[in-house]
Amino acid sequence: MRASLTLLKRGAFTALFSWCALGAIAVPTSASAFDNSMAERTRACTACHGEQGRAGPDGYYPRLAGKPAGYLYHQLQNFQQGRRQYSLMQGLIAPLSDEYLRAMAEHFASLHIPYPPPAAATATKDVLAKGKALVLEGDKARQIPACAQCHGSALTGVSPAIPGLLGLPRDYLNAQLGGWQTGLRKAHAPDCMAAIAKRLSDEDVNAVSQWLSSQPVPANATPATTLPARPAGSLALPECGSAP
Amino acid sequence: MSRAHLSIRRLVALGGLLIAVGAVGYVLWAEYAAPAMRQAARGQTVPVQRDSTPETIQRGAYLARLGNCMQCHTSRGGPAYGGGAPLTTPFGTVYSSNLTPDPATGLGGWTPENFWRALHHGERPDGTVLSPAFPYTSFTRIDRADADALFAYLQTLPPVTASRPAHQLRWPLGSQTALNAWRLLHFSPADTSIDTHQPESVSSPPSARRGAYLVQGLGHCAECHTPRNALGGLRSSAAWSGAVLPDGQWYAPALNDAGEAGLSAWATEDIATLLTRGQHGTAFVSGPMAEVVRNSTQYLSPDDARSVALYLQTLNNGATASSAGETRTSSPAYPAGARIYDNQCAQCHGKQGEGQDDAYPALAGNRAVRMANTNNLVLAVLHGGYGPSTPAKPQPFGMPPYQLTLSDADLASVLSHIRTSWGNQAAPVTEFDINKIRNAPTR
Repeated sequence: MRASLTLLKRGAFTALFSWCALGAIAVPTSASAFDNSMAERTRACTACHGEQGRAGPDGYYPRLAGKPAGYLYHQLQNFQQGRRQYSLMQGLIAPLSDEYLRAMAEHFASLHIPYPPPAAATATKDVLAKGKALVLEGDKARQIPACAQCHGSALTGVSPAIPGLLGLPRDYLNAQLGGWQTGLRKAHAPDCMAAIAKRLSDEDVNAVSQWLSSQPVPANATPATTLPARPAGSLALPECGSAP
Repeated sequence: MSRAHLSIRRLVALGGLLIAVGAVGYVLWAEYAAPAMRQAARGQTVPVQRDSTPETIQRGAYLARLGNCMQCHTSRGGPAYGGGAPLTTPFGTVYSSNLTPDPATGLGGWTPENFWRALHHGERPDGTVLSPAFPYTSFTRIDRADADALFAYLQTLPPVTASRPAHQLRWPLGSQTALNAWRLLHFSPADTSIDTHQPESVSSPPSARRGAYLVQGLGHCAECHTPRNALGGLRSSAAWSGAVLPDGQWYAPALNDAGEAGLSAWATEDIATLLTRGQHGTAFVSGPMAEVVRNSTQYLSPDDARSVALYLQTLNNGATASSAGETRTSSPAYPAGARIYDNQCAQCHGKQGEGQDDAYPALAGNRAVRMANTNNLVLAVLHGGYGPSTPAKPQPFGMPPYQLTLSDADLASVLSHIRTSWGNQAAPVTEFDINKIRNAPTR
């Protein structure tokens, strides 16, 4: 009787551990059962990026949950190899292997949790209209392709390596576009995003970030699996080292 | 009276002149004559038959891991061994050189003899001397066979064209005059002919002698773990007694002190485990040592790991570790720190600082917590961090950074609580201790 109970307990523990290892849900830790999972291993990440990587409270630590795994993995590599600059991130992951970084990326990519409602835009109707036009149609005369052309017609990203653009705080979007313009943020060469960001004026950046950050994220938003079809006569897309 | 006075003045003037002439002579010698003399002294070296068998290259690759050459000789995100990585020292910033076989900017035109002179004598092929930021003070102990194997391996790397950026040292510190003077005080080439320190055969058992060869030579462990004098020379009289790294932040703990990182009381196997796995028991490597394990010591062969362990066991300054005191059950001395501990730390490190086996270090009785120098403790909490990924521990757990959430006062009180609880009896941490680390310029 006692033996079978122990076996039952062991079975329950094994089931619990494997369930956690899938990263499907975070089980609250108790003193007796140590949560030997990827959620536990990424506490150092979620301290800033929010529980389950749902984004930090101050609008600067971006959401990790549900982003394409390839994109997250590239960002970890970019920090480790100095293409993105943030000393806290760089120091934190310095001694970790590529395989581990990949596993962390896959963990956060697998978490699909609801997005909070978007912040209200603070710009005029004209600015928002300009932002919407740049995001969805681009500006052929200035060689600016539509964001949607690569980031998906629903702007929820394209697997495995192109991130979605919705559900990101305006400050974060401004900082990233600015970082690409000045060369502070880089991606694997050839760096397509740097090329495009440098064609944007300050007004363009503001319009795009105002419109994007005020859009709701569709329910069950997941990255698309293929790039949208290119409309006839649209701009040729630049080469991307991060998403060949 | 006045005549005598005059002659004293003349004597002083003459003495001054002699000193000035001597100084100018020394500068001229160091800058111009010495390099040529060194080149000439080498005479006609017989061209060595280059040994580049696959076995030698493989051994060279292994030795390059043990020497951790790549960590300094690769810039962040740059090509392997392409050089250009900055090293911050109290005297300025020096940049690592390109070790790939590029003929113009790397070691492409070098001979095994050139490479040996660099490691053993700290000299370039043109006879000028190298900055001791390249730790030839340790590498001089590497024997010729190992130097040749290292060179054979480096010559197989894909060539990278990349010139070394000029060092940014305060004048005249980078000059041959200053470097020669420094060498007179702090460097003499080791005699590697006494014995080879090599295992006589593959079946030779691990030995402390082999361990000493690896630790003192290729491993260049003393470069961090032995304190330096004001001129940056290693203080051999204080060998292994611990030192703050040149960036003024991380502290490389004493390897000869049972109260710090001394290993004389550890089992050989446990030391080998710490070096290859990155963690054993309550000892978790962190900061720069995590990178050393990640890039170097995890690759130690089982025999070499045992040899290194056998040698490290011999380092002992005779001091005994302060034993854990009584567990205090009365109210905590730092109630604010205790509250922060319960809210922020206890979930991983345990209510009584007992830690979580293999994942989170115990804080009760942990030497890293109780050391007199609190830099590492403060850095661990401010910046967080992960242990190194190693084959035996590929997915280590991590410590979140608290730089953005806890104030200097919060950190001082929680660290003081940790250092005085559960039997720990160490001095409290002050806000100043936190502030000097938090506001230090970042690397």
